[in-house]
Amino acid sequence: MRAVVTLLRRDLLLAFRRRSDVATTLFFFLIVASLFPLGVGPEPAVLSRIAPGVLWVAALLAGMLSLTRMFASDFSDGSLEQMLIAPQPLPMLVIAKVLAHWIVCGLPVVLLAPMIGLQYALPNDALLVLVLSLLLGTPALSLIGAIGAALTLGVRGSGLLIALLVLPLYIPVLIFGAGAVAASQHGVSAEAHLSLLAAFSLLSLVLAPFATAAALRISVE
Amino acid sequence: MTSKGVTAVDLSCVRGDRILFKHIDFTLEPGGLLYVLGENGSGKSSLLRLLCGLIKAESGAIHWQGADVKHALEVFQSDLLYMGHLNGLKEDMSPIENLQVNAHLAGDNVNKQAILSALEAIDVKRCDSLPVRVLSQGQKKRVALSRLWLTKRKLWILDEPFAALDSTSVDLLVSRISQHLSNGGMAIVTTHQEVVISAQSTQVLRLSA
Repeated sequence: MRAVVTLLRRDLLLAFRRRSDVATTLFFFLIVASLFPLGVGPEPAVLSRIAPGVLWVAALLAGMLSLTRMFASDFSDGSLEQMLIAPQPLPMLVIAKVLAHWIVCGLPVVLLAPMIGLQYALPNDALLVLVLSLLLGTPALSLIGAIGAALTLGVRGSGLLIALLVLPLYIPVLIFGAGAVAASQHGVSAEAHLSLLAAFSLLSLVLAPFATAAALRISVE
Repeated sequence: MTSKGVTAVDLSCVRGDRILFKHIDFTLEPGGLLYVLGENGSGKSSLLRLLCGLIKAESGAIHWQGADVKHALEVFQSDLLYMGHLNGLKEDMSPIENLQVNAHLAGDNVNKQAILSALEAIDVKRCDSLPVRVLSQGQKKRVALSRLWLTKRKLWILDEPFAALDSTSVDLLVSRISQHLSNGGMAIVTTHQEVVISAQSTQVLRLSA
């Protein structure tokens, strides 16, 4: 357990010392989300109609942008080898890495989303559902993304390969995440969507660390 | 009598469709030193990685203290210290932070004082709080090697530990390894350099390409 805390603290410290990497993700999210109103035009009706989908896709792409970095530096400097031969269970260490990735790349997007939502003329209750849906859904994105990151470790052109591997797996999260916001816009309860998002995150929390650990062992071999 | 050391039985390793080595057998008892020699590409590093469990053997088995490591991997790995070509150091952290994190991840207990004296033992204490990024190759290597002064693990597997070191550091490292061996430790070392480490028993394993 102490190893998990140590690894989490190390990754957060490293992210703090490389703040520019974190900023890239956030600015990507900001810019992608801001381009749509400029391109589509300022009618509030149109904007609030497309908002759920656009914001979720932007969050999803921003999270994916940083996936290649999740294990790459550990792989190239040899820390990963040491983790693999540590007596600690590897899936627990994977959870620490994923949690750090989520805190650094997922949580800021969740916190920023309501501000972007205002640009899209989203009503207050829809903004709340947007934040909730991102809060419940983004952990699944980091967890599933970790499998892709581990599988493409040390492969040339891994950035594109990750997108091909991981984006199809993101589809359920996107559907229910954007669906939750759309439901609340139409005055329907978003509870069903949010429950499914939470279920999806929990399911990936159970399965993804094992898949990631197995993929890491293959990549290092 | 069960062995207190490590035994390899008929190990072979295949990478791609090439056989790197086959029929490797050795027994290393406490106090013993095993040199793994061979040309570049003969599979020295692969053998060491295979012994740690980073690579799966095509056939054969490894026994640690009489038990097959397949069934007791955690026990084996908590007695094992592996240092490969890569230093395992984070460029943005200082040597102290690196050593602290690495020890915790490996499940060892160390305090800051022990880390400082380990860094002093291999003469890199004056860079203890600089980011590793600004150190020279040799200094990075020495920081990585200072783990050897912190550990209580029995079996050391060292891949080219003398590469990039100056002669003073080589001497320090040699005396540390001999001290470990005389305390009943074991070491498996690959090297291209002419280094003499005193040990109760020394074996040489020669791999041919």
